[in-house]
Amino acid sequence: MRTFLTRRLLQSLVVLLGISFVVFFILHLTGDPASVLLPPEATAQDIREFRERMGFNDPFYVQYARFLRGALQGNFGDSIRHGEPAFGLVVERMPATFQLAGAALLLALCLAIPAGIVSAVRRNTLIDYVSTVVALLGQSMPTFWLGIMLILLFSVQLNLLPSSGRGEWRHLVLPAVTLGLFTTARITRLTRSGMLEVLSQDYIRTARAKGVSDPPVVWKHALKNAAIPIVTIVGIELGTLLGGSVITETIFAWPGVGRLSVQAIYNRDYPVVQAAVFLLASTFVLVNLVVDVLYTYLDPRIRLS
Amino acid sequence: MSTRATALPLPEEFRPVRGEWWVFLRRLARRRTSLFGLVVVAVVVVTALGATWVTPFDPVEQDIGDRLKPPGSRDATGHVHPLGTDHLGRDILARIVFGARPALLVGFAAVAISGVLGMAAGLVAGYFGGRIDDVLMRLADIQLAFPFILLAIAVIGVLGPSLTTIICVIGVSSWVVYARIVRGAALSLREREFVQAAQALGSRDGRILLRHVLPNVFTPWLVVATLDMARVIVIESALSFLGLGVQPPTPTWGGMLADGRVYISTAWWLATFPGLAILVTVLGINLFGDGLRDTLDPRLKV
Repeated sequence: MRTFLTRRLLQSLVVLLGISFVVFFILHLTGDPASVLLPPEATAQDIREFRERMGFNDPFYVQYARFLRGALQGNFGDSIRHGEPAFGLVVERMPATFQLAGAALLLALCLAIPAGIVSAVRRNTLIDYVSTVVALLGQSMPTFWLGIMLILLFSVQLNLLPSSGRGEWRHLVLPAVTLGLFTTARITRLTRSGMLEVLSQDYIRTARAKGVSDPPVVWKHALKNAAIPIVTIVGIELGTLLGGSVITETIFAWPGVGRLSVQAIYNRDYPVVQAAVFLLASTFVLVNLVVDVLYTYLDPRIRLS
Repeated sequence: MSTRATALPLPEEFRPVRGEWWVFLRRLARRRTSLFGLVVVAVVVVTALGATWVTPFDPVEQDIGDRLKPPGSRDATGHVHPLGTDHLGRDILARIVFGARPALLVGFAAVAISGVLGMAAGLVAGYFGGRIDDVLMRLADIQLAFPFILLAIAVIGVLGPSLTTIICVIGVSSWVVYARIVRGAALSLREREFVQAAQALGSRDGRILLRHVLPNVFTPWLVVATLDMARVIVIESALSFLGLGVQPPTPTWGGMLADGRVYISTAWWLATFPGLAILVTVLGINLFGDGLRDTLDPRLKV
């Protein structure tokens, strides 16, 4: 167990280091970070001075070392537009993004797991067909279109829910549904196929033969084993949710990291973009580390192998 | 001196009546949903190719006098706008039909790039294992840690949006799914007798990978590629929606949605139809991909 944890921790550190390099490299993609950061009307003189001040004339590895040292201290430079530290701006918006992603994930789990179990247990009945079709549609529907259609129906036509901003729970409903639908569809399909596989196993037949009635077989014997792939996908889906927040937050004017980064990209405010990408990617790595540790409790085979 | 061995012809009664492909197509066709998916995809591809014959309207020609006309209205010359017109008086159906072109182009090209990259990485990682496997899988972890859309728009923001940039960015950053599936398959193929026999005969690794391993990982790869195409099309339209996709005047589904969003309370058809086009296309690809998986490799988890 100890070795598993150490190895897993080391892997995560390597991944974080890789992330920091990619984030650093974004600015250097064109080979000239000064031209990315400065407005097009900047004079040659401005560009020269800016390069000198930002240290863009230093060797590549020196620049990266400086970036990494800054990143470790939460220093990504000042926002070009707001003049404040970029890191603070992003951290300030994190709770809104976590709230939205958390609500979407909760919604997905509450809908998808029961739906997946029921469709597996009542296979080839009407309820299975309905849930399969809904899941398929959910997986094929572009988030941004769903968001717009929900606004059209619930805000414009029925005037029931607000279409933008953050505040009471009513503001959360439409964005959370929009963001969560894809994940709901994914987890429904996964739960259904996982349950179908488990339900055909010998130990389930044994339990049934012993006379265990239906609900305990499904909930105790089967779900426990079908839960393993679901836990893994929850960690990965969090990445989908954090990434999807870019679109959802833009549509619903939700004041989170996603919307901040899209605006920062439009404004060429790259310190903010770098801080946002770095923080979201690190969050993903940390959550998956936690998921992997939880996983070893569900499935001891992993920590023993 | 060596002579090339030729396989003995099978006696007439044992020869399969029809080829593998025929069997595969028959099995695929028996699933009505995947056949439906295939038909939908075929219709979208044909419409995109023959866009000029599908509609009499030009997708970029503006007609301010005829702006925001609801579906089914006629213009001065008597032509019907079946899906209405947008805020600049352009025919929505024409824009949807022409908008299929960038969507499919980006879809095919990006899948081709990421498919080849992922195939190469997966073959090498699975077959050789060891250090190179560790390195490639850590790279995969790094790639997966990034919120995809955010990384894509950050990079496109720096490089500037163009068709090539979009294809390259999506293509280069989508290799991980392929690599993981191919690696898993290659890992178990490495232990199989026919691969070990080839090694014992002194075949070079490159030849074994290309001639013995690759053909056996091709089916799972194909399933992943099909399903990934659906994802790429959604991403392309998401980028256009954010204004970082293929630039106007080229019509794109995402761009139409972004325009339509502004008129959501007065002209619902602007945002509704392009979204339906994305939904139908992606649904068709997903249905076909699911069918492909169930026919070729039902245990594949993708």
